Amino acid sequence: MTTALSTTPGGLTTGRSTMTTTPTTARLGKITVRHFDFYYGEAKVLHGIDLDIPERQVTALIGPSGCGKSTFVRSINRMNDIIPEARGEGVIEIDGKNIYAGGTDVVELRRRVGMVFQKSNPFPKSIYDNVAYGLKIGGTRNKRALNDAVEKSLQRAALWEEVKDRLQESALALSGGQQQRLCIARALAVDPEILLMDEPASALDPIATTKIEELIWELKENYTIVIVTHNMQQAARVSDLTAFFMLGKVIEFGDTKKIFMNPREKMTEDYVTGRFG
Amino acid sequence: MSYATRRRIISRVAEALCALAVLLALLPLGMILFYVIKEGGSALNLAFFTQMPKPVGEPGGGMANAIVGTLILIGLAALFAVPIGCMCGIHLSEYPATRFSYTVRFAADVLNGVPSIVVGIFAYGLVVLPVKRFSAIAGGVALGILMLPIVVRTTEELLRLVPPGLREGALALGATRSRSVFSVILPAALPGILTGILVALARVAGETAPLLFTAFNNRYWSTNIAQPIASLTVQVFTYAISPYDDWHRQAWAGAFLLVMIILALSISARVAVRRLERMNRV
Ligand SMILES: Nc1ncnc2c1ncn2[C@@H]1O[C@H](COP(=O)(O)OP(=O)(O)OP(=O)(O)O)[C@@H](O)[C@H]1O
Ligand SMILES: [Mg+2]
Repeated sequence: MTTALSTTPGGLTTGRSTMTTTPTTARLGKITVRHFDFYYGEAKVLHGIDLDIPERQVTALIGPSGCGKSTFVRSINRMNDIIPEARGEGVIEIDGKNIYAGGTDVVELRRRVGMVFQKSNPFPKSIYDNVAYGLKIGGTRNKRALNDAVEKSLQRAALWEEVKDRLQESALALSGGQQQRLCIARALAVDPEILLMDEPASALDPIATTKIEELIWELKENYTIVIVTHNMQQAARVSDLTAFFMLGKVIEFGDTKKIFMNPREKMTEDYVTGRFG
Repeated sequence: MSYATRRRIISRVAEALCALAVLLALLPLGMILFYVIKEGGSALNLAFFTQMPKPVGEPGGGMANAIVGTLILIGLAALFAVPIGCMCGIHLSEYPATRFSYTVRFAADVLNGVPSIVVGIFAYGLVVLPVKRFSAIAGGVALGILMLPIVVRTTEELLRLVPPGLREGALALGATRSRSVFSVILPAALPGILTGILVALARVAGETAPLLFTAFNNRYWSTNIAQPIASLTVQVFTYAISPYDDWHRQAWAGAFLLVMIILALSISARVAVRRLERMNRV
């Protein structure tokens, strides 16, 4: 899969350099979160979140079930807007612009901030139409442009070889792991800047999981990635930074190595070593 | 008698009663099919499909005009009811908890229970009286109103069965709300909605009463929707209450054809679903 990816260096990422890898030391704040609270009706589930998520790095969110990880990532593309009675307070900036400011174009925001869901959700359409969907609704009509984008996105999601001969078949005939990679390809096709992944590998077998992890490694050259995971080894393997959430608060945030080897907080250490509870 | 034996006997009796109930439920259908074929079969020949009704006393003739009329009438009914019903169902599934939606849902359920003859009178007042002429349009309106609540409720229910993840997937790719509905959610529910529409069509294809004072009847060949039009049901009714043996036979044949049309609609509903599902799910 690595070769498939390197043969198409940034074919879709017009306007962004793909040749140079950002050194880990350069931390350009891509997403800045300040005092962010979130409520479902009366229930407050996020309490004063402060985070600086750097550009072109993988940031992992870990923490026990129900601590608000999903709620938080869904706040970054305002997916929570569709839940009645839910509201966020505070500031989430992307490239210095508050996405919760009045007049924000949510549709435009979601094009820039792609999302892969925990449960893969391919549309009941053909493989091709799934990947082309985002471009089509964005107004791309040119058949060649669509074909190229579909091929490139599937290659980057390491799925091209498996599906290139059956692009017109239903996406629902794919295996669970293939479906999840299809959802990744679908998100990549619209060429977002940020990719939010909410437990993308939780329903997958170890081989499919490895593929997705390798993929995340490749993708971070071009994308800012935020990934929610329950798998400590996975967080340690794929991420540069890790944020540990508990009861709606960020307990600790820093270099993944540090979080796993030498955490500042006792709670973090208990959690990452599995002594939690 | 031991407990085990008694239990076994009770179980057997219960099974037998259930089987009997199934037979009793199927009996009317079987008898209907038997009688219409027995009585109508002899009159059912090529002429029945291709010829016009003959005047009293002349043997032979057919119901070509009524067959075409029925097809035109249910086509018009679908034309009126499907767009309105689907849009209405979409509204109900998108805004399920508003006061307006509760009212619409209640209204649809009431409309579903309104006797078809009342709907016919309503269409008479709405369409026939203003232009002082019976017409296929009036019949189509009456049948459309009868179809409407079925289409509304099936559309709503099937849309609400679509997993919410699909909507989120579409929105996450930058779809607007309406775009997500029309490009992902509606297509996902389409096989079921189509079945609902065909079932509703099958139901109104057999209606007689609402046509009596809307589409009325027409002894002549007509495809003009502004004119009265013949239909199988009204023709069967007219022939059945006549005193002529020849017309009775034709009425039976018409009844047989009606049953077949309804059967065909039901079967095409199934075939269509299977076709679409093959694309949609696996
Ligand atoms: N739609 C909702 N309405 C009301 N409460 C919700 C809703 N979604 C989540 N919650 C609540 O918000 C809290 C945080 O949930 P969230 O899904 O963000 O947790 P999570 O960290 O992603 O958990 P998991 O690891 O199990 O996925 C939980 O207490 C949950 O019950
Ligand atoms: Mg979650």
